[in-house]
Amino acid sequence: MTTSTSAEPTRRDFLYIATGAVAGVGAVATAWPLISQMNPDASTIAAGAPIDVDLSPITEGQAIKVFWRGKPIYIMNRTKKQIEEARAVNVASLPDPQTDQARVKEGHDQWLIVIGICTHLGCIPIAHEGNYDGFFCPCHGSQYDSSGRIRQGPAPANLPLPPYAFTADTKIKIG
Amino acid sequence: MSGPSSYQPQNAVLKWVERRLPIGGLIHSSFIVYPTPRNLNYWWTFGAILSFMLGVQILTGIILAMHYTPHADLAFKSVEGIMRDVNYGWLLRYLHSNGASMFFIAVYIHMFRGLYYGSYKEPREILWILGVIIYLLMMATGFMGYVLPWGQMSFWGATVITNLFSAIPYVGESIVTLLWGGYAVGNPTLNRFFSLHYLLPFVIAGVVVLHIWALHVAGQNNPAGVEPQTEKDTVPFTPYATIKDAFGISCFLLFYAWFLFYTPNFLGDPDNYIVANPGVTPAHIVPEWYYLPFYAILRSIPSKLGGVVAMFSAILVLAFLPWLDGAKARSSRYRPLSRQFFWIFVVVCLVLGWLGAQPPEGIYVVAGRILTAYYFFHFLILLPVLSRIETARPLPNSIADDVLGKAGKLKTAASALAIFGLAGLLLVGGTGTSRAEDAHSQPTPPSLKWSFAGPFGKYDQAQLQRGLKVYKEVCAACHSLNYIAFRNIADPGGPGYSEAQAAGLAGEYKVKDGPNDQGEMFERPGRPADYFPAPFPNEQAARAANGGAAPPDLSLMAKARGYERGFPQFVFDLFLQFQEKGPNYITALLQGYEDAPKGFTLPAGSNYNKFFSGHAIGMPNPLSDGQVTFDDGSPATVKQYATDVSAFLMWTAEPKLEARKRLGFQVMIFLLVLSVLLYFTKRRVWANAH
Repeated sequence: MTTSTSAEPTRRDFLYIATGAVAGVGAVATAWPLISQMNPDASTIAAGAPIDVDLSPITEGQAIKVFWRGKPIYIMNRTKKQIEEARAVNVASLPDPQTDQARVKEGHDQWLIVIGICTHLGCIPIAHEGNYDGFFCPCHGSQYDSSGRIRQGPAPANLPLPPYAFTADTKIKIG
Repeated sequence: MSGPSSYQPQNAVLKWVERRLPIGGLIHSSFIVYPTPRNLNYWWTFGAILSFMLGVQILTGIILAMHYTPHADLAFKSVEGIMRDVNYGWLLRYLHSNGASMFFIAVYIHMFRGLYYGSYKEPREILWILGVIIYLLMMATGFMGYVLPWGQMSFWGATVITNLFSAIPYVGESIVTLLWGGYAVGNPTLNRFFSLHYLLPFVIAGVVVLHIWALHVAGQNNPAGVEPQTEKDTVPFTPYATIKDAFGISCFLLFYAWFLFYTPNFLGDPDNYIVANPGVTPAHIVPEWYYLPFYAILRSIPSKLGGVVAMFSAILVLAFLPWLDGAKARSSRYRPLSRQFFWIFVVVCLVLGWLGAQPPEGIYVVAGRILTAYYFFHFLILLPVLSRIETARPLPNSIADDVLGKAGKLKTAASALAIFGLAGLLLVGGTGTSRAEDAHSQPTPPSLKWSFAGPFGKYDQAQLQRGLKVYKEVCAACHSLNYIAFRNIADPGGPGYSEAQAAGLAGEYKVKDGPNDQGEMFERPGRPADYFPAPFPNEQAARAANGGAAPPDLSLMAKARGYERGFPQFVFDLFLQFQEKGPNYITALLQGYEDAPKGFTLPAGSNYNKFFSGHAIGMPNPLSDGQVTFDDGSPATVKQYATDVSAFLMWTAEPKLEARKRLGFQVMIFLLVLSVLLYFTKRRVWANAH
């Protein structure tokens, strides 16, 4: 290279640095749309709007799966036994301590609504299986109780609750 | 790049790598110390511009493929999804589609540069042939890419080009079936074109590496056409060529950005905004502008096989150029006769391009034949003969002498102007005149003043709201808006409604959904995510209700319709950024209903419209005064309705127009600043070399 080092590093260096800086800013700004395009597009976001679910066809002891934003949501109409089991547990002994009351809406104790994605590595647990009358994830053996709380296995946290509200006694809006 | 690399890494890790994989040395000798002739002019920066554009096309292409669906039923919609919903999707698609045109502009300048300065001559024959191979690959890639959006021109272009192979004797038909993967152009064709369109750029990149490798073995040619002899004749690639190329690329980006942000559809064909329809052929099937000269040659030969052979020969003849031209002097600068014939040849190519866009009739056919003959005459007879009888002017002794002589500076500038002027003609000729036939029978509607025109144009929200009302109360009785969702009317740059108003509008509509848990279809109120539903359950029902003609979807109407601008209007259009052909046409059409003049025989079931091609249109006059009442007190006249609904349809065709113009302004300012800075940096750097 024949880059000659100038004795007075003033105006020339300023020009070089300014040019380099402007080009650098341009490169960074160009990267923005190239990366931003990976985010969900407008139709995907619009399709993630809240959904209404009618609970009336779900009989006691039954669980259904609905999809919201591509995620399976378990809606379980719990039996008296399941509720009792969930409430009889010593909360302090749980890996992720949470009371059953905190996981259902007041006055709707039989309705357990959870995002059916194992908190370990994202598999889908099977309802009404495992040792705790709740959910069992066959992938790595995580077991959730009838309140969707983690009881056994590698999963670190309880099944998360989706945002939802009762719009009528037998109707919910998820999202 | 002669002798062992002088690269001496200081860092221990680099030393370790270098002993095992001398890639640092390769880069150092190819792009840092590589000696470049010091008299290279700006025609030589197009090599760097091409490398840059290949990078842009691959990068934007990979991203577009993340959002595109290569299925005959979904391709068009997925492209519209990119334009409307994907974050910056409109930018990425316009970058890619206009990038293809820029790529070809640059490659044509690069090729004509090579022709003028004799860059194909000994010892650069393989370098030149590799270039011809790259050009062929580019043509294949560009063609298959154009098919992917699955518009009318895509579909019919694919049909026509693949049918070229049916000219092959005996096996032609079987080969075409093989290319299609079916009995006609269809989904298998689209799938394989997508796969190959993704593959070929990497093949091009591979051949480009060979091209650059061959370049670095033979050394660059230069405007004087004499080989470098001493150190004084060359400068190291970095920083001299690097900074000059950077400045060249920056200026080229300004040119690119002009098209991209202000006239992104100028180089495209409006018909490609109509979804592919195997039952209807466009009035004219024209290829993209960069294939037009070859298309003209194809059509000039009155024989199917002959035309195909001529077209392919026109490209392949380039590969034999090193042997057809036997002159000792490389550069046309020192060959007065050759130089004149070079410019004649440039003009012939440009006129052939213009002819390629004309309807194949009358004088155009004759002119096409003469120029086709001249094209081959130039290569096969003129160059061999001329190169053997012409006496070249004395060549400079060395490049250093050439630089000191400063010969030809002014001429280069003049020729640059001439090329750009003529290239401009070709460009606009290619697109602007593709509908010459329509122009014979269709008066040009008056151009209106639109708020969204010009570089800072914005939609007039009140006008969009009135237009939406006209659409809802009049047009929606027959026409759908398949690409507009209710949520869109709350989007920035749209009619400016709130999200609650969008949801309210959606709720007024019944949308078919299902099947439900009883397996039945049912109707429910619309949601913001739903699209404006069609008034008919399917196309057959629409046809039955409208005397056999299906009312087209209106979403892209303003982009898919236009009228002939003609010479010289289209030249100004490029500079004035005129993009309002579509809305002007729609407005005029809606007001063009009249009683048929005496002597005009109106076909049964059609209506007279002075602004419709052929004047006979199936759609009855939809508008009458007082039909729709506006809350804002705008006059309830047909003129007002037509203008408002045209503006609204412009928005439905291009919802991101405001975002495009805003970003364009920022980018133009940035590129101007960068180009000025690069220019001064270049001057500073080159000051050391003089």
